Amino acid sequence: MSEKTLMAGNIAIAEGAILAHCQAYFGYPITPQNELLEHMSKRMPEEGRVFVQTESELAAINMVYGAAASGCRAMTTTSSPGFSLQQEGLSYMAGAEIPAVVVNVMRGGPGLGDIGGAQGDYFQAVKGGGHGDYHLITLAPSSVQEMMDFAMLAFELADKYRNPVILLPDGFLGQAIEPVVMRPPVTKLPEKPWAITGARGRPKNIINSFAMDPVDYQPHVALLRQKFQRIKQNEVRYEGINLDDAALVMVAYGSAFRSAMTAMQMARQAGLKVGIFRPITLFPFPVAPLSNLSQKVKSFLVVELSLGQLIEDVRLSLSAEAKVELVNQFGGVPISADEILEAIEKIMK
Amino acid sequence: MARLNSKEAETILYQRPESMEARPFHFCPGCGHGIVFRLVGEVIDELKIRERAICVASIGCSVNSYEYFKCDGLESAHGRAPAVATAIKRCHPDLVPFTYQGDGDLAAIGTAEIVHACARGENITTIFVNNAIYGMTGGQMAPTTLLDMYSTSTTAGRKSALAGYPIRVCEMLSTLEGTAYIARVTVNSPAAVRKAKQAIKLAFRTQLANLGMSLVEVLSPCPTNWRVEPVKAMDWLAEHMLPQYPLGEYKVIEAVAALKKEVGNA
Ligand SMILES: Cc1ncc(C[n+]2csc(CCOP(=O)(O)OP(=O)(O)O)c2C)c(N)n1
Ligand code: SF4
Repeated sequence: MSEKTLMAGNIAIAEGAILAHCQAYFGYPITPQNELLEHMSKRMPEEGRVFVQTESELAAINMVYGAAASGCRAMTTTSSPGFSLQQEGLSYMAGAEIPAVVVNVMRGGPGLGDIGGAQGDYFQAVKGGGHGDYHLITLAPSSVQEMMDFAMLAFELADKYRNPVILLPDGFLGQAIEPVVMRPPVTKLPEKPWAITGARGRPKNIINSFAMDPVDYQPHVALLRQKFQRIKQNEVRYEGINLDDAALVMVAYGSAFRSAMTAMQMARQAGLKVGIFRPITLFPFPVAPLSNLSQKVKSFLVVELSLGQLIEDVRLSLSAEAKVELVNQFGGVPISADEILEAIEKIMK
Repeated sequence: MARLNSKEAETILYQRPESMEARPFHFCPGCGHGIVFRLVGEVIDELKIRERAICVASIGCSVNSYEYFKCDGLESAHGRAPAVATAIKRCHPDLVPFTYQGDGDLAAIGTAEIVHACARGENITTIFVNNAIYGMTGGQMAPTTLLDMYSTSTTAGRKSALAGYPIRVCEMLSTLEGTAYIARVTVNSPAAVRKAKQAIKLAFRTQLANLGMSLVEVLSPCPTNWRVEPVKAMDWLAEHMLPQYPLGEYKVIEAVAALKKEVGNA
């Protein structure tokens, strides 16, 4: 099974979802993730599963809600403007504890923006995005292999916590073509006794996020809070590279991480002790690992494809003495290793 | 009046449908929603589909409709019930999802979802309650509010120059090829209620026979926001709503007509 196949990031997500036994896919075309929808339009019927091209991203997210509420693994994929339209639905799903996977292949914004890759939807994904108090587990892949692996992980975590999970690659990763090791398909799915599958031989099930009286709703939100706490305790994922001797640590995810990797290699060749800290879960954010790291390292450089969003969470995690700089691109433009190296040299001189 | 013999006296003539919970309705006195709920409950009983039916609620005065039926149910965001029902049916063709939506929900914020569920010919059933007003939010103009009708956002009456014209949902949707059965009924008299039930039953039968999208629009009183007494509201409905929204069957595809013939009024 370790034979490698060349695959685009968007296709790897689609195949990962199929391996994870995604039973229903709903989507609306938007660049740069159209190949994903097109691929699913062939593959889902081939597998005897549900595919619907919807009239809007609104319809898509609400179909995901219906499919997932009825116990099926369900997914929609979109890019930034479509993700905005899905925020109400995500809030309903978080409120009603519906597990599902939503992929946002981020593009340049705000507004219609452009079809380049970007990370401007960071806040929207990790801070809730819709109305009310909730969080979405947010996974940030940085390779085509991870697009597949995290698509599978996303379904697992969604079911484990009965919460929507966001897969948050950028448009550059969606288009990237890399070798991928195919994973074995998931064959055993968790039981979902809460799902609405018809009140046959059991009391009826109801799925909602509503109470007539606020006094009745508050305990529900308190339970959600406990769940988000459990997620923060158990699901933090990150990667550290060359941290042992690092005098400067870059923090980056997604395709910004890939540019930072190249910049790190260039810096090391020039004798500069640079490492990288890569958050893999953007929610839950790896607060404690970063905080611990800042006991030792005092200089940080955040590399991101947005105006300064990731840097806010990094700052909140670090000790007070740590110095944090930003090198970034935005509006759909990629960041080059040279730009990053320049920023490194400026700090380390 | 003839006296009942003891056998007749023991016969139950009227009771709560088995598929409905022993739960008092939360609606205002004279509201039409309660009548429509009961009709849906009776139909679920008669078609013996309680264990397969899924109540897809919407946002409006019927927001918690799933509380009243003994079948599985769920809430949907304002206007999105047809999308939710679409997914449930596609994933579980053996289930019988029905949406229960008001006119603000279906004909304003949810226009795209109902139009496209109809266009795709989803095999679901929609109960569409048209009371020409936004009930839950306190009586603002709905897409179905009549011209010159008072609402809290058209206090001088709805004027077409400012607020356009009322939408005739059945007429509009029946042009879509995916629809199999579309009818408009009302509940303002016992005879009308009986007819409404027949239409609702045929709509569910249409789904059970996999014939495509079925929708029943029910013209229904909202005495509270119309600011008329319950009994007068029934007359107001006849006088003002019926001319704008003629009753009748707007779409009966051949297969549904055949079904209707086969089952009669049973
Ligand atoms: C996105 C969103 N916008 C607005 C509302 C507020 N809202 C709740 S019910 C409703 C109108 C309901 O009217 P209708 O569908 O006619 O049902 P009725 O209450 O008359 O039965 C509105 C606007 C909401 N819940 N969600
Ligand atoms: S406001 Fe109108 S629609 Fe709502 S419960 Fe009262 S009478 Fe019925």
